[in-house]
This record gives sequence, C-alpha cells and structure tokens, in this order.
Amino acid sequence: MNSLLQNEKFRGHALQAIALVLVLGVVISFVVTAQANLAARGITSGFSFLDRATGWDISFSVLEYTINDPYWWVILIGVLNTFILGISCIVIATVLGTVIGIARLSRNLVLETASTVYVETFRNVPLILQGFFWYAVVTHFPPPRRAHEIADSVFLTSRGLYVPTLNISGEAFAMLFAAIMLAALLLFLAYRQPFGTAIHRHREKTPWIALAFLVAVTALLLISREGGADSPVIDMPYLKGLNFRGGFRVSPEFAAIAAAIVIFGSAYIAEIVRGGFLSVPNGQIEAARSLGLKPWPIYWKVRIPLALRTIIPPLGNQYVFLMKSTTIGIAIGYNDLFMITSTSINQSGQTIELLFIMMMCFLFINYSISTVMNGINRAMALKGHETKT
Amino acid sequence: MSADTTTSLPPPPVERLGLIGWIRARLLSGWSDSIVTVVGLAMLMYLLPDVAEWGIFDAIWDKQDKALCTGEGGACWAVIHARFRLILFGLFPYEELWRSALGVTTIVVVAILSCIPAFWTPRRIAATWGIGFAIFYILMRGGMFGLSEVTTEQWGGLSLTVFIFASVAIIGMPLSILLALGRRSELPVIRLLSSLAIDFTRSMPLLTILFTAALIVPFVLPSWLQGDKLYRIIGAFAFFFACYQAEIIRGGLQAIPNGQFDAAKSMGLGYWRRVWLILLPQAFRNALPPTINQFVITFKETSIVIIIGLFEILASANAAYGTADWANAYVEVYIFVALIYFVFVFSLSRYGAFLERRMRVGHD
Repeated sequence: MNSLLQNEKFRGHALQAIALVLVLGVVISFVVTAQANLAARGITSGFSFLDRATGWDISFSVLEYTINDPYWWVILIGVLNTFILGISCIVIATVLGTVIGIARLSRNLVLETASTVYVETFRNVPLILQGFFWYAVVTHFPPPRRAHEIADSVFLTSRGLYVPTLNISGEAFAMLFAAIMLAALLLFLAYRQPFGTAIHRHREKTPWIALAFLVAVTALLLISREGGADSPVIDMPYLKGLNFRGGFRVSPEFAAIAAAIVIFGSAYIAEIVRGGFLSVPNGQIEAARSLGLKPWPIYWKVRIPLALRTIIPPLGNQYVFLMKSTTIGIAIGYNDLFMITSTSINQSGQTIELLFIMMMCFLFINYSISTVMNGINRAMALKGHETKT
Repeated sequence: MSADTTTSLPPPPVERLGLIGWIRARLLSGWSDSIVTVVGLAMLMYLLPDVAEWGIFDAIWDKQDKALCTGEGGACWAVIHARFRLILFGLFPYEELWRSALGVTTIVVVAILSCIPAFWTPRRIAATWGIGFAIFYILMRGGMFGLSEVTTEQWGGLSLTVFIFASVAIIGMPLSILLALGRRSELPVIRLLSSLAIDFTRSMPLLTILFTAALIVPFVLPSWLQGDKLYRIIGAFAFFFACYQAEIIRGGLQAIPNGQFDAAKSMGLGYWRRVWLILLPQAFRNALPPTINQFVITFKETSIVIIIGLFEILASANAAYGTADWANAYVEVYIFVALIYFVFVFSLSRYGAFLERRMRVGHD
C-alpha cells in the first residue's frame, strides 16, 4: 500500500479520480437540491416560459415593444441594447483614447500635462462611481423649458439630451447602418487578403472607395426623404409646450452610462495607444528620416503601422472588458441584457434558465469580439512575424 | 517572439538646454505648437478662477451653514463635514467607531508593509496578512476581548470595502496558485477542469458571477450551507479574482526556463517542493507588475457589490446626499469618494510602475 502511494503515476490517477468524483458529486447534489427547491416553490423548469407575455414595460428599446410581447422578445431587446451601448462606447472611446494617447506623447508641455491629468484621473476612479456621478449630473439638468443649450442645436435637459439628426426614417437609418457595415467589411477584406490578390493590391484605394460608397448612400437616402424636397435636410430639436420635439433624444440613463464608459475606456485606450507608439524602435524612425521621408509620411507609413501591431492585442481585451462593463447599466436603470434578465427573474422566477441564457449571450458576444480582433491581428501581422496561437 | 532580435542602441546624449531653450522645446517649437500652447493656457486662465471660486472661495465648509447649500453658489463641503462618518463607516455604532477606524488603518499598514521587499517570503507575507486580517475582523466583529458584538449587517462604508477587498485577496491568492498549477498540470482531468473554470469565468462580467452567487446558491445548496449573503458574494468574488490571477501566475510560470524544472527534478525534489521552492518564487517575481495591476483593478471593482445590495462606500455616499438637506451636494460627495479611491489606487499603481522599472534593471 505504502509503495503504491509513493508511485507518482498511481498518485496522479488517484488525484484525478478524486477531483472528478468531487466535481460530479457537487454537480449532482446541486441538481437534486435545485429540483427539490423548485418543486417546493411550484416553479416548472424548462424554457416554455419564453413564449409567455411579460406583462411589464421597459424604458429603452429601439424595437417595437409592448407588455404583451413574450420573454424571448424582451431578451432579444436586452441583447440589442447591450450591443448598441457597447459598440457606440467602443467606437467613441477608441477615437478619444487615440487622440489622448498621442497627446500624451507630445513634446508640448500643455498637451502632455492635460492628457496625463485626464488619464490618471479617470483611470483611477471606479467605473460605477463615474456612472453614478454622470447620472446625478444628467438628472440635475434643468427641465426642458430652461434647457442648457450648446450652439442652439444640442439641448441638455433632465429628460435627456436632444441632438439634431438627419431627416430620414427609421428604415433609412437601418439601411445607412447596413451600408456602414458593408464598408467596414470591404476594408476588412482588403486588409485581410493575402499579398498579391487583386483586392489587396488596391487596398490603398479601398478607404476612399468605402467613403465614396457611404457618401453616395447617404445622399440617396437624403434625396428620397419622407417630406420631399421641401423638408429640411437636418431635423432640429425645438421646444414645443413643455417638451422638445424633433431631433434625436438620448435618454438620461443612456447618456450617463455611455459618458462613464467612454471616459473610463478612453483613459485605458490612451495608455494602450501610448504604449504602442513607445514600442516602435527609434532606429526605424531614424532609418525613415535618413531615407528622406517627411514627418507626416513617417507618421503614416512607419510609426502608425508598427505601433498598430503592438496596440491591437491589448485593444481587443479592452473591447471585451468594455462590452462586459455595460452590465453596470443596471445601477442607474439602463435596460441592458443584465438588467432585463434580472427583471425577468424577479417577474417569472425562472432563475436558472434566465441566468443560463444570459451567460450564453455573454459567451457569444465575447467570442465574436475576440474572433474579429484575432482576425484583424492576423491580417495586420508582418509576414513571417505571426505569433503562433 | 521576434521583437527581441532588434538590438536597442543606447539613446543619444541629452541636449543641455537653458530655461529659454526648454521653453522653446516644450512650448513653442513651431507655429502649430505655439497655437496649442496659447489656446491651452487661455483655457486654463479662463477655467481656473471659476473652479477656485467654486471649490475654495465661495465654498461652504461648516455643517452649521447647511441652509446655504442651495446648489447655486460655491461647493458645499459641509456635507463631508456632516456625513463623513456615514461615508467611511456606514451604520457602525457611534461609540464603537474607533474600532472600525483602527481596523481600516491596520489593513492599510499591512498593505504598505507588504510593499517592502523584506516581507516577500511566503511565510512572512502570509503571516502579515493573516495577523492583520485577524485584528481587523476581531475589531470589527467584536464579541470577544470585552468588545461588544457588531453584526455584519451594521458594517458599511470604506470599512466594508476594505473588508471585501482584503478577504478576496486572502482567499483568492492561494486559490489562484492552485488554478494556475492545475492548468499546467500533466494530469489531463485536472488540466481540463481548471481550464474550463478559468476560461468560463473570465468571459463573464463580474456582476453576473456575483449575481449568480447571490441568487443561485440559495437554490442549489441546503440551507445550513448557504451562509450570509456577504460571505457568498466574497466567495464568488474571490473565485473571479483567482481566475484572472491564475492566468497572470501562469504567465510567470511559462517565463521560467525549462532547465530550472529539470534541474529541480534531477535533484530528486518531489512535485510540491519543486513548485514551492523553485517554480513559484520565480513565477511571482516575473508576475509582480501584472499582479499589482490586478489588485488595483480588484480594489476598484469592489464598488460593484453595491448593485447586489451591500452597503459599501459608494452606497453610503449615495445615502450621504440622499436626504433633503444635502440633495444638491452630490458633486461634492462623489468627489470625496473619488479622492479616497484615487489615493489608494494611484499610489498602488505608481508603486507597480516603480517595481517594473526596478526589475528591468539588468535586463536591458
């Protein structure tokens, strides 16, 4: 017996067997207790509740929703809301973060100090605190009649932010969105294709082709707008009675949570961008200079492409993090997937099923972001420098 | 990785500039640069007087003057004067506040001590945190040594935040070592189980994990095993922390040359002694900067438990301006709490950056 215990191989097998039995035991006891508890509370498990009408309303949805709609529809709206918030935060935070990250590298003392203060302030304070702060700020805005206005076109009120928008219908916006996606796909394909293929050889031109395509679609949609040629191109918000009409209303919850995530995220992205630029070896820049390149071509053709290769992997992680952080929207009442799941649990009692659905959705969201980012990373990698995964 | 193949040359000698040269280089090096400088300074001159007037000159400092806090004039720092006990210690009994304050100080001292390299042996660090945490818990909980008992429902504010953070670190650290070893184990079942746990947890938002602990556990555990909600959440948080920290330690382990492991094996050391004496000390040395970063992130993320309904510092801050008297003083309260977080987080991350520089010496 003793010699058996000293045998490393036997110990390995025994350890694994114990671990397996332990895990299985825990799982089985979980299932048994859960079934007993569910039976005691009179809850039937299974996914049939998804077809039942919810009977409660939600505050934010881009799709049609009434209290008679079923659970699967409200969960879909939750996923969509998470995507809308997450994607818009990621896009804005990336632009802002890039600008600030580059400003931190500036030789100019004013720019460097300002961007450093920004990064250190917003990175070192919890995201949820910033969310609460912005929500308090937004809800303390004056009522519409005494709204703060910016350049006579953006109005900040306690009922939300009113901004001008293009005078086109919802379907037209959907088409515009599809066009943007198509343009992005075109760019992605151009950079992804191996060297030598036709689409890759023209990749210098693809950004311009994509841009021209977008402009054409926008122009077409504007020409065929609902009110005909007489109606204005831009739909401005205006005060009528006690509230604003026209324009696009951003709800206070969305504005607050988006402000928090964008500011927090851009501080992190700025650091990633800065790190990327710092990682470009000085020799590369000196070599470019000695070849007679001017500062801008050095920036565009040497520094940015080299920095991007360091930036993209941590940027992908940051995107996943930002997507996950939309869940704190529940703290101030934004209807994201998490909040809708939590309300559904309260209303229907189907705790385990709903948590399972939510977790699967998050797995899917994170998996798609990392797939896209890995694809970009592979497409960007220098020939012969790809890291094996 | 092929990035290491480019040899780095020593930087060119620093040009010596006088004051005027420095101003020209950093503020006025070209026309675009000069415009940025002028615009930036103009904005500063424009904003600074307003901010100073609001924050200092027109501010209301004494809680007796709370009638002046209308939200119109200057900052109402009086709210901090009136409510700092609530923000820092929650609903802890008034006569016993010194215990809560002393407890938080103990943990801060322990955290500072563990930044000193002399404490970086497994025994010393475990002893420091063990003793410090025990003192904190006895002071907070009471019920022994003549201290009156204070139940966890009365804990709150900064002291609850510190309690959650310290417990998560103390439970999560050993767990993360086990998970990291499990993921690198030669035993397939152990490796698979650890990988599954780590990858699944890491792709979930922290909030869903905490939510599951708060909601599912009452379903699947017999009632005598459920425990207080606070402890369930700490357990789940510690597991979440461990999954992230395990990947950091794994990174540290992977950076150790194989020869170290082979040498230890050839000297006849068993698995645990190889791990304890050879692998972990080196892994932790490699993984120190990201570990500190992980602590920073975890400290900030403790604020999420407010959503599950625990009365930590953010919840007590919301309560501090929640009465009609102070309803306009929300900016001041949030600035105060943000400052508390900032002091902890900024000093820890500066320390991390310092360590990183120190460790790079001799590598470049």
